[in-house]
Amino acid sequence: MHPLNLIKIALKAMARNKMRSFLTMLGMIIGVASVIAMLAIGQGSKQSIQDQISSMGTNMIFVRPESGQQGGVRLESSTMQSLTVDDVEAIRASSPHVSHVSPQVQGRGQAISGANNWPTSIQGVSPDFLEIRKLEVADGVMFTERDIQSAAKYCILGPTVVENLFPGGESPIGRTIRFKNIPFKVIGVLAEKGENTFGQDQDDIILAPYTTIQKRVLAITYLHTIYASAVSEEQSDEAIQEVTLALRTSHKLKESQSDDFDIRSQADLIKTFSSISEMLTALLAAIASISLLVGGIGIMNIMFVSVTERTREIGLRMAIGGREIDIMFQFLIESIMISVSGGIIGVLVGVGASVGVGALAGWPIAVTTYSIVLSFLVCAFTGVFFGWYPARKASYLDPIEALRYE
Amino acid sequence: MTSNHIIEIEQLKREFVMGSEVVRALKGVSFQVKQSEFLTIMGTSGSGKTTMLNILGCLDKPTAGSYMLDGISVASLTKNELARLRNQKIGFVFQSFNLLPRTSALENVELPLLYNPLVGAKERRERALSALEAVGLTERMRHTPSQLSGGQQQRVAIARALVNDPVMVLADEATGNLDTRTSYEIMSLFQDLNQKGKTIVFVTHEPDIAAFSKRTITLRDGHIIRDNVLEEQRSARLFLENLPVTDEI
Repeated sequence: MHPLNLIKIALKAMARNKMRSFLTMLGMIIGVASVIAMLAIGQGSKQSIQDQISSMGTNMIFVRPESGQQGGVRLESSTMQSLTVDDVEAIRASSPHVSHVSPQVQGRGQAISGANNWPTSIQGVSPDFLEIRKLEVADGVMFTERDIQSAAKYCILGPTVVENLFPGGESPIGRTIRFKNIPFKVIGVLAEKGENTFGQDQDDIILAPYTTIQKRVLAITYLHTIYASAVSEEQSDEAIQEVTLALRTSHKLKESQSDDFDIRSQADLIKTFSSISEMLTALLAAIASISLLVGGIGIMNIMFVSVTERTREIGLRMAIGGREIDIMFQFLIESIMISVSGGIIGVLVGVGASVGVGALAGWPIAVTTYSIVLSFLVCAFTGVFFGWYPARKASYLDPIEALRYE
Repeated sequence: MTSNHIIEIEQLKREFVMGSEVVRALKGVSFQVKQSEFLTIMGTSGSGKTTMLNILGCLDKPTAGSYMLDGISVASLTKNELARLRNQKIGFVFQSFNLLPRTSALENVELPLLYNPLVGAKERRERALSALEAVGLTERMRHTPSQLSGGQQQRVAIARALVNDPVMVLADEATGNLDTRTSYEIMSLFQDLNQKGKTIVFVTHEPDIAAFSKRTITLRDGHIIRDNVLEEQRSARLFLENLPVTDEI
C-alpha cells in the first residue's frame, strides 16, 4: 500500500480515539520534554562552570615544585626550593607558545593601616601576572620592571583589602600600609572580580614586586610558583611541552630522572570540572529517559488494544488482498506517528520548560541542538521498537479467525 | 480444454489436526463452475460448508487435491500470492457486512483497490463510484455505515466486492442478517449481477434462498450428496413485488 494512504489510515485511527491518542502521546511528551529540560540544565551548569574557570584565565599554566623526599620524609611542595628566577628567564627565552610568564612568591600575614588590620596574603609577582590572571588595575598604576629590580616597596590592593583597611571610603592610593612590619606604598587598586568556582574571594589579595617579598618579607631566593599563559587555549599543550623542556634543561635533569616540578593548566581544570558536570548531566538524562521508556510501554499497550479492537478490520483487509506486510506497516506507522507527534510536542514543551525554569529560578540554561535531535530520534525509535510487536501480532493473524472474531 | 471454467476442483480434501484427533472436514470433493454461473453451496453446520468457503476464497489451502481458480493452481501459492489472488480475482460479501466503521461508503468501496498497486487514486475513485452506481447507492456515498440501513450496508459491501472486477463473487450467508424483504432485494441484486455475466458462489443453509440460484451443491459430512441444476430459476424481484404491503410499516 502507498505510504501516503497508510499515513491517512493512521491519522484516521488517531482521530477516532482522540483522548486515547493524546494520553498515549502524553507519555512521549513528558519523556522528551524532561530529557531536553534535564540536558539543558546540565549543559547550562557545565557552561557556567567553564565560564567561571575561564575568567581566571583560560590559558593559564602554573608550575609548582614536585613534592620531594628527604631521608624518607615526604615534604610539602611549598618547602621545595627547586624553582628560581633563572627558570622564569629560561621559559621566557625558549618557549614561543608562552606569551606571559611571572614568578610568584606568597606570604600570609596581617596587613595594617592606621587603626585597621586585616589578615590576608601578599603575592610577590611581576607585571605579567595581571595578564595571566586576567586582573585589572581599576585605580592607580601597576608597578614596573624597574620597581622589581629595585625591590620597591609598592603594592596593589584587592577591593576586599581596601574595604577592610580603609573602611571610610577614602582612596588608598598614595597611603602606606604595613605588612609584617614592612611599609608598602599603595600605588593601585584592582578591579573587583568576586568569588571563584571554589568560593574563594579573588579580591582578598595584595600584589607587590616579587623581589620585594623575597628579600624583605620572606627572606628567600627561590619561587613558590611560576605562572605562565599560553598564546591561546588551543596551544596550551604545546606551551606545557615547551615549559617542561625549558625547566628540565635549566634543572639539568638526566633522561632517566623524572620532573622535579609539576605543571598544570587551566585546561586540565576545565576538563576535570566538565567531566563532573557531564556525569551529572548523564545521570539526569538517564532518569529522564526512564519516563521516555514508560511512554514507549504506553504506546505498546495502546497498540495491543488497538490491534485487538480492530481484529475484524484486519481480517477484512486480509481477505480483500492486504498482505502481512501491509497490515504490519499500517500499525507500525500508527505507533510511529503517535510517538513522533508526541516527540514534536515534547520538544516544544521541553524547550519552553527549560527557558521558563531558567527565567524563574535564574539557573544557567543551555538548550543544545544535539539534545533536541537526540531525543527526537530516540522518540522515533521508540515508536518503531514498541510498535513492532503489536504490529507483527496483527500481521500474523489468521484471516479466517479474524473475520469471525467477536 | 476447460478454459471457460472459473473453478475446477478435483478430489479436494481438507483435514484439521485437533490435538491427537484428525478432523476430516472435506473428504474428496470434485466440481466445476463455469463462467456466469450462479451456484449455491448448501449444507447444515458440520457439513464442511465453511471449510469449502474458506478454500474457495483462497483464505485456506487444501490438504490434498487440486483447486484451479481462473486457471491458477491455488495449492502452490505463497501467502503473498494468495493475498494478491484474493485482491484481483475474488469479491467477498459477508453475513455481517464487515464495513469499516466511521468510514464513508465510498472509502469502504475503494478499500480493495488500495491494495492494488496498479490502480492510481483517480482510477480508484472512478471505479468505486461506478460500483456504487451498480448497487444504486450513488446518493449515499458520503454516508458512514452507522447512517445506512442493513440492506444499504450490504449493498455497499457488494459494491466493494465488485470494485476490483473479480472473476467470482463469493457470498457467505449474505442475507443472514437481513429481514425477508431486504433479503429479496439483495438476492434480486445478485440475480441482476449474474444476468450481466458475473459468476456468483453463494454459501447458505437456507433452501428458499438457494432457490434463487441456477445450481445447488449440497454438502453433508464432507461429501457432495447432491449437485442439481435448477430448471426454473425463481425471480427475487417477482417475490418482492408479491410481498404484502404491510411489511413496509
